[in-house]
Formats: sequence, C-alpha cells, structure tokens
Amino acid sequence: MRLRHLIAALLAMIAVPVLADSALPPAELAYSQLKDPAKEAEARKLMETLRCLVCQGQSIADSDAEMAGDMRALVREKIAEGQQPAEVRKWLVERYGDYVTYDPPFSWLTAPLWLLPLLLIAAGLLIARRSFGKSDPTIEGEEA
Amino acid sequence: MIAEAGLAALWLAAGLALVQLALGWGAARSGSAELLAATRRVSVAQGVLAMLSFGVLILLFLQSDMSVQLVAQNSHSEKPWLYKFAGAWGNHEGSMLLWVTVLAMAGGGVALVERRIDGKTLAATLGAQAAIAIGFYAFILIASNPFLRLNPPAPEGMGLNPLLQDPGLAFHPPTLYFGYVGLSVAFSFAVGALLTREVGPAFARAMRPWVLIAWVFLTIGITAGSYWAYYELGWGGWWFWDPVENASLMPWLAATALLHSVTVLATRDGLRAWTLMLAVVAFSMSMIGTFLVRSGILVSVHAFAVDPTRGSFILALLGIYIGGALALFGARVSTVTQGSTFQLVSREGALVLNNLLLSVILGIVFIGTLYPLLAQAMGQQLSIGAPFFNKASVPVALVLVVATMAGPLLKWRRDRWGALGRQMALPGVVSVLAFAALAALSGSSDWVALIGLALAAGLAVASVLPLWKRNLRRTPLHIWGMVIAHVGIAVSIAGMASDAAFKQERLVALRTGEATTVGPFQVKLADVRPAIGPNYSAMQAHLDVTRSGGAPFVLFPGQHYFSSPVTTTSEAAIKTMADGQLYTVLGEGTGDGRWQVRLWWKPWITLIWFGGALIALGGLMAMIGRLRRERRPAAGAEDGE
Repeated sequence: MRLRHLIAALLAMIAVPVLADSALPPAELAYSQLKDPAKEAEARKLMETLRCLVCQGQSIADSDAEMAGDMRALVREKIAEGQQPAEVRKWLVERYGDYVTYDPPFSWLTAPLWLLPLLLIAAGLLIARRSFGKSDPTIEGEEA
Repeated sequence: MIAEAGLAALWLAAGLALVQLALGWGAARSGSAELLAATRRVSVAQGVLAMLSFGVLILLFLQSDMSVQLVAQNSHSEKPWLYKFAGAWGNHEGSMLLWVTVLAMAGGGVALVERRIDGKTLAATLGAQAAIAIGFYAFILIASNPFLRLNPPAPEGMGLNPLLQDPGLAFHPPTLYFGYVGLSVAFSFAVGALLTREVGPAFARAMRPWVLIAWVFLTIGITAGSYWAYYELGWGGWWFWDPVENASLMPWLAATALLHSVTVLATRDGLRAWTLMLAVVAFSMSMIGTFLVRSGILVSVHAFAVDPTRGSFILALLGIYIGGALALFGARVSTVTQGSTFQLVSREGALVLNNLLLSVILGIVFIGTLYPLLAQAMGQQLSIGAPFFNKASVPVALVLVVATMAGPLLKWRRDRWGALGRQMALPGVVSVLAFAALAALSGSSDWVALIGLALAAGLAVASVLPLWKRNLRRTPLHIWGMVIAHVGIAVSIAGMASDAAFKQERLVALRTGEATTVGPFQVKLADVRPAIGPNYSAMQAHLDVTRSGGAPFVLFPGQHYFSSPVTTTSEAAIKTMADGQLYTVLGEGTGDGRWQVRLWWKPWITLIWFGGALIALGGLMAMIGRLRRERRPAAGAEDGE
C-alpha cells in the first residue's frame, strides 16, 4: 500500500502535466454523476474495470489523478450518448492498448489465467481422493 | 560509534547463524544431546544479537544521527518521536533488518521453549532456520547495509513522506512481518521433519502454536491495512487486489490452510505429506511477497532491470530456499506415508475440502498477481485486476463458506450423510430464508452479494452449533477460538457483501449553502475554509448532515497540501453509526466557486474489520487454549477436538 501511494504521488507529479493540461478545470462529468441512475450504474461498473494509466494499480473509478478524471468524464459521456460499455471499452483499448482494461478478453495470452484455477481444482480432487479410505462399515465415527 | 556497534552485532549474528547451521547439522546427524544444547544456545544468542542490531538502528533514528545515510534519507530532526521510531522500518534497509531480526527471534524462541519434538528434528529445524537467516544476513550486509555512514554528515534529514506519517501505518509493517516471518518456523519444522522423517502428531502439535500466532499477526496486519487504505485513499474502497495487498493475502491463505491441516495431523495423524507441503508453501509465499515488494519489480519489469542487484539477490535466495525445500520434499515424500485414512464424509473430509479450496484461491491470487509481470517480460502489456480476482475467487470462496459450515459439525474419520443433513438443516434453512427475504425486500440485484449475505447468516448459525448441548464453562478454549473465528468470517463476509449490494454513492459539485442527499442522509456544504496543520496547509469543508428521523451532526472532510514532498491528500471524514458509515470527501474546487464533494453511505461496512478482529481473537484463543492444554501432563493424547 505504502509503495503504491508513494509511486502514485511521484507519477502524478511527473506525468500529469504531460498528459493533461492542468490549467483547464476538470470536466464536469469527471466528478459528478449522470442524471440517469441506470446509466450511472453502467458507467460506474465500467470505470471500475478500467486502469488509471498514470497511477500505480488503481482503477479510474478511485483515483485522484487528472487523467483518471478525464477518462471518467469520457466514459460517462459515451454511456450517456447511449454507447454500450463493451463499445466504450473497445474504443479505449484501441487507443491505449490492452493495458487499460483490468478485465482482459479471453485470448491465447489470458487463457492460462482462467485455466489454472480449473486445473488446480482437478489436480486437488485427484490428490484428495488418495486420502479417502475405502468404504469400511466397521469404522465408527468418533464424537467431535 | 553506535552505528558501527550495530553493524558489528549484525556480522556477529550472521557468523553465529553459520555456527548454528553447522551445529544443528551435527546434532541432527549424531543425535548428540550436547550438540543440541549448544545449537539451542547459539540460536538464542543469534536472536539476541539481531535484536541488538535492530535496537541500535532504532536508537540512531531516535537520536536523528544524520551521519548515518539511512537516517539522513528517511528522517528529520523535528519529526514527532513516533515517526522517528517507525522511520527505522519505513525504508528498504531498515525493513529488511526488521525482517531478519524477526527471523532470528523466531529461531531463538523455538530454541528456548521447544521441548516436545525429538532432539534430531529440533536440531534440523534450528539448522534450517539458520540457513534461511544466513541468506538474508548476506543480503543485508552486501546489498542493503542500514548502518552506512555519510561523510560529511547531512545538516538535516530529508523527512518521511507525509502519507506514511500515520499511527496506524507505523505499526502495520511490523505486524505483517511477525506474521510473514513467523511462518519461517513452520517452514523450518517441515524441513527438519523431512530430514529426520519424524512426521506425526507430536510434530504437528509442536508446530501448531507457531502457525497460529503467525496467522493471528497476518490477520491483524491485513485487517488493519485494509482499514488504512479505506480511510486514507479517499474513494471508499477497502480492498484493491493490488499486488502489495496480494503479497500479504497469499501467505495468509496458505497459513489458513496449514492451520487446518496441521490439526488433522495432530488429531488423526492424517495429511502428513500435505501438511509439510503447505508449511513449505506458506513461508515461500512470505518470501515471494517480500521479493515482490522489495525488488521494485511491481513498478515495472523495466525498473527492476535498471537496478537488478537487490531484486536478483532476493530472487536467488528464493530459488535456493524454495527450490531446495521442494527438492527435499520431492526426495523424501515417498518415505512419508500419508497417515491415517478417512471417509469422504468426515471432519477430515471437510478439512481436505477447505484446504483444496483455499489452495485454489491461493493459486488464483498467485497467477493473477504474477501473470502481468510474466506478460510484461514477454513484451505484452496486460492488466489483471478486481474483475479477474472477483470472478475467479468469489465462487470458490462461497463454496468454502459452505464447507466451513459443515466441517465443525462432522465427526472425525467417518460420519453419515444423514447425520450431516440433520446438522446442516438449521443453517441451511437460515440461509435459504435469508436469501428469500433479501431477494424480495432489499431491492438489490447484486445476486452474488445477496448469496454472500445469506451464506454468512447460515455460517454464523452453523459456527455456534458446536457449542450446542455443551457445558459452556467446561468447553475448551480452543473450541471457543474456532467458534469465534468462524463467526468472525461470517461477520466479515456480511460486511463485504453489504458494501457490494447496498452502498450508495453521490458525486457532486456544490456551492456553499447547497445540499444534496445520499442514502438516508441530507448533506449541506455549509462552508469551505483554509486551515493550517503542523506541516501542511489545508482546505476544510464543514458539512451539516441530517439523517431522516435522526439528530443532526457535522463532518469536516479536507484536502491537505504538503510542500516537501509536494503531495495533496484527501482526508476523508467518516461518521460511524451502529448500522454503517457515512464516508465524506472534499475534492478540488471546480474553478467556478463550487467544490467537488464525494459521499458514500456504506451500510454495515464496519463488519468487515470487526469480523477480521474476531478472526484474530479466535486464533489467539485457540493458540492459548492449545498451549494450556499441552502443559497439563495428562493431556498427552488428543481427545479429538
């Protein structure tokens, strides 16, 4: 935690002036919600899965960085226009690369990520089976 | 001069660790009582010297000795004494020294108190503990010397980052380190037992208190760290699946599995090989966590490549210790028989399921944390975050909750499906009714969170059922510990699920005098005015809050501006009520006379940390109960509890 905070502070100092013009006030939608609660919920859900590119491991939904604010405004605008979250994510990925999404699409690159838990369960069950004795009606349970 | 004394103590401790390794090796081979006694004494001396060295470092920080580079870089003569004190471990070198000091203390502790396991295994254990220590002493002495002098001395120190000047954070790292490094004892016990092939109930009973105490420290450290992140980061989040957080979660998951499997080994002489494996894995996770945090690799693979000395050093140590232990395990596992077998429907069966599911969650966290680094090393950019971790681990965790309900209700060795069904009827009905009520009345469509709440209700009921028809006065302390820890899990899950399902958010820009609502609250921005703190200037908002049908109150969230280094922090103002927290944050001015205000109503969220505290308390009670029970001479045999 401490490390992230330090680095976020450092990065914010170095990177923000390059990526956003600090003289401009932040866009309204960077810090206020959409009027329609359903759209806002949709936008919120999407923002939580988008990476703040100048932060250390934070989503744009919970970052003070200016760039995160700009991205929040952008997401809310596009959702308000009626775009689907998947479209907005695709648009951002085209601009910033896969790095921007915390919810990477299933691909050859991410397949091991999803397969490993399943493999672990399978391997675990195989190992566990060895621990179980043969059904023996003469064994009586012991009172806990 | 005292800095040199600290360095000398560290060299001596490292030397003694070598002696300890040699003596332990000899004692384990020969079984000589004299050699074992000598190993014990050297272990204690090594612990004392490491503590002395760390004490010297604390003294240097308290004295603000600016001729020591580490002090000059990380402290300031006008800092409050608490942050001078905590500054000793608020940096790389100091925290590594604390790490190895805890390691040496743990070894010394084992040497002092351990009388239960056979001499050869104990000697091998102390030797293994020394072997770990040697690597980390070498790391500190070669690549991270905390006692380096500065010539000429600095006129003044550079100060500690203002964000780190928080009383909660001052004691967060030592708490986690006691947990991380406490697991080294389990690791060394496992290595010792593999070397002498003495794996059985006595060994498990000797190892168990160490696992429990390390686990209690880890639980406290993680819970406190989560609360710190919650109030300090200013967006109401309490867990971020950040690699540094995951680094502390992984040893906790492994230790949780270990403390359950070690009970099977102690009580039923089952799961021998698996318990040894978990003991190795648990401390390996601690070391991997240390590597992740200390090598700079999390910033990026490239940052690691620019200055790879420290990172490569720790990586090499990881390879030696983890690889060595796994190789030993592989070589010896065939000679360690699996121990007693048992039926699928039995206490052991439920604990195996517990271990399996915890291991799967551990695997998910492990691959999710390391995969982006792996991808980056192969030239691919990839972000793994909350969506992956939640999707992959929450379903497993919910099944684990059901297993936690059933486990304590089952008999050892063998039980019947019918009996299990009768026992589970009440918690099952509670869960189903809770879910039906929530689905009908709550208005939330977050089904996963509602299932979590319903299962938490069932778990709370199931957890106290083992006390049913017992004489509560005569119920052993470790049973109480289990009950309280399991209730704590239910409480904590209820808090997490409630936050997910019911939190309300309001993000607005307000002029002074304007009001808004969030949940049942009406919040008015009465005023925003500048303020001056000891080492920062601030803007502070005055919020007038009324809850429908309740007494009004005020909150003062603010923004703090620090000049060295230039940092702005949001200081959330949080009102804690019996049924949740109102979380308020003042953001920046918008340039047209309005202020950003962020408000969250978080029903029952405090249960997350309250539950964490209960879990730690339960672990502590279990440890004390076990130790007291084993002190009694008649309690040689476990009575199946």
